[in-house]
Amino acid sequence: MLAYALRRIVGLAPTLFVLVTLSFFVIRLAPGGPFDQEQTLPPAIRANLDAAYGLDRPLLVQYGRYLAGLAHGDLGPSFRFKDFRVTELIASGLPLSLTIGLSAAVLAFLAGVPLGAWAAWRDRSRVAAALMAFSMLGVVLPAFVIGPLLALVFGIYWPIFRVGGYVPGDPAYLVLPVVTLALPVAAYVARLTRDSMREVLRSNFIRTARAKGLGSRAILWRHALRPALIPVVSYLGPATAFIVTGSLVVESVFGLPGSGRYLVQGAIDRDYTLVMGMILVYGVFTLVCNLVADLAYGWLDPRVRVGAP
Amino acid sequence: MKTRISPALWVLGALAVLALAAPFITPWSHDTLDWEHLAAPPQLDASHWFGTDRLGRDLFARGMQALRVSLALGLLATLVSVGIGVAWGATAGYLGGRIDAAMMRFVDIVYALPYVFIVIILSTVFPRGSLAALFIAIGAVGWLTMARIVRGQTLSLRSREFVAAAIAGGARTPAILWRHIFPNVIGAVIAYATLTIPQVILFESFLSFLGLGVQEPYASLGSLINEGAQEMESSPWMLLVPAGLLTLLLIAFNSLGDGLRRRLAPGDD
Repeated sequence: MLAYALRRIVGLAPTLFVLVTLSFFVIRLAPGGPFDQEQTLPPAIRANLDAAYGLDRPLLVQYGRYLAGLAHGDLGPSFRFKDFRVTELIASGLPLSLTIGLSAAVLAFLAGVPLGAWAAWRDRSRVAAALMAFSMLGVVLPAFVIGPLLALVFGIYWPIFRVGGYVPGDPAYLVLPVVTLALPVAAYVARLTRDSMREVLRSNFIRTARAKGLGSRAILWRHALRPALIPVVSYLGPATAFIVTGSLVVESVFGLPGSGRYLVQGAIDRDYTLVMGMILVYGVFTLVCNLVADLAYGWLDPRVRVGAP
Repeated sequence: MKTRISPALWVLGALAVLALAAPFITPWSHDTLDWEHLAAPPQLDASHWFGTDRLGRDLFARGMQALRVSLALGLLATLVSVGIGVAWGATAGYLGGRIDAAMMRFVDIVYALPYVFIVIILSTVFPRGSLAALFIAIGAVGWLTMARIVRGQTLSLRSREFVAAAIAGGARTPAILWRHIFPNVIGAVIAYATLTIPQVILFESFLSFLGLGVQEPYASLGSLINEGAQEMESSPWMLLVPAGLLTLLLIAFNSLGDGLRRRLAPGDD
C-alpha cells in the first residue's frame, strides 16, 4: 500500500510538468500581452516594462527562470496588480475559496449518501422516485443557473440569507454559495449511492445477514454501506474538479472575494503569471484530491487492494 | 428498461425550429434598441414576448440568437471531438502494444488536467469573442472520453474473425479501420456524441458567463444569465428567460443521449 502511494505521488510529477509547460507556452502564444492597452505606450517605456519583467529575453530563458522560481515556491510577479507577487494574491483569496469548497464537499457527501441509501432501501416508493427525478435536475443544471435562482428566491423574495456585499466572518453570506456548490454534487452522489446500494442489497452476504436475524438498520448501515460507497469514493476526484470549477462561478455570482476571480480576470487581462499561478495551485489541488480518492478506494475495497504491483 | 426518446426529440426540434425561425417571427433583432421599453417585463402589445433588457433589447430575439449559437457550437465542437476521438481511439486500439500504451498514456495525462483550465488557457490564445476559436478549443479537449470508448471497443473487435479475414485478404490497415472497425463502433459513438453536445453547450455558457466566451453585441445563454443575475432584483425575467431556455436544452439533450445510449450501446452502463 505504502509503495503504491509513493509510486502514485511520484507519478504526479510528469502530469504537473505537462501542466506547467503547456500553460506557459500556450498562454504566451496568445495575441496581446499584459501591457497592451487602449493607447499604445511609447516604445521606450514599453521596452523598459518588458525588461523589468524579463519579457525581452528569449522564451526559453523566461521558461527556465519561471521553473527556477517555482522550485523556490515563487510564482513570479503579477503583471497587472503592480507590486504584488502572484503568491500573495492567491494566498489572500484562497482561505475563503477553500472554506466554501470544503464545506460544499462535506455537505454534498453528508446529504447525498444517506439520501441515496434510503432511496435504494425504499426502492419502490414514490417518494424515492420523486427524489431521484429531482436529483436529475441537480445533475443537469450548472452552478451558474442554480446560484442566481437560489439568490433570487432565498436572498430577495424570501430574504433569509444574505446575498452580495460580503462581510468577512458572517456565515449568513456563505450559506447560499455553499448550497449552490453542493447541490449538483449531492445529487450525483445520491444517484451513485442509490445505484450501487441496490446492487449490494441483492448480494449473498446481505441475504446471510438477514437470515441470521439482523435488523434492517444494522444491515443497511453496518454491512451494506461500506461496499456501496466504493463508486462514490471514486467520484471524489471528479467532484473536486467540479467544485473547483463551480467555485469560479459561485464567487462571481455571490460577489465573494475568493481566489477564483484571479483566474478569470487574469485570463481577460493576459496577466500571464497570475493565470499560470492559479492554474498550478488549483491543478495541484485537484490532482492531490484525485490521488487521495484513489488511495481511499484501495482501503475501502479489499478485493482491489492495489498494493501489489 | 425501455426509454422513450421521442419527447426529448420533440422538444429539441421545437427549440431548433424556433431558434431558426425567430428572425422571421419577431420584428426585433438581437441588437436593436427599443428606447420606449427599457427593462420592460414580458408583454404582448409591443411584441416583447420575453421582455427586454436594460438597453431595451428584445429578450426573445436575444434568447433565440443565443440558442442558435449554442446549437451550432454544440454540434460543431462535438463533430470536432468525435473526429479526433474516433481516429485516435481506433488507431490506438487497433495497433495495440507500445503505440497503444503511449497514445493512451497521453490521453491519461491530459485527462488528469482540469478541463476548465485547458479551455481557459486556449480561450486566451484566440482573439476575444471568436466563435470558431471557442469551438476548436472545446472540441479539442472533448475528445478524450470518446478516444477511450472507441479504443475499448476496437480492442475487442480486432480479434474477431472478420478482421482476421480482412488481413488475410490483404487489406491495408487504414482500409480495415475504415471498412471494418468504424461501422462497428458507430452506435456507441453516436450515443456518446449526443451526451457530448450538452456538455459543450454547458461549457460555452460557462465561459460566456465568466466573460471569456461570446462577446457583445452577440448574446450567449451564459452571458444573458450573467446580465440577468445582476438585474434580478428589479427585473427577474432577465434571469428566468435564459435560465429556462438553458435548462430545457440541457435536460432534452441529456435524456436523448441517455435513451440513445441504452438502445445503441447496451451493457456499458
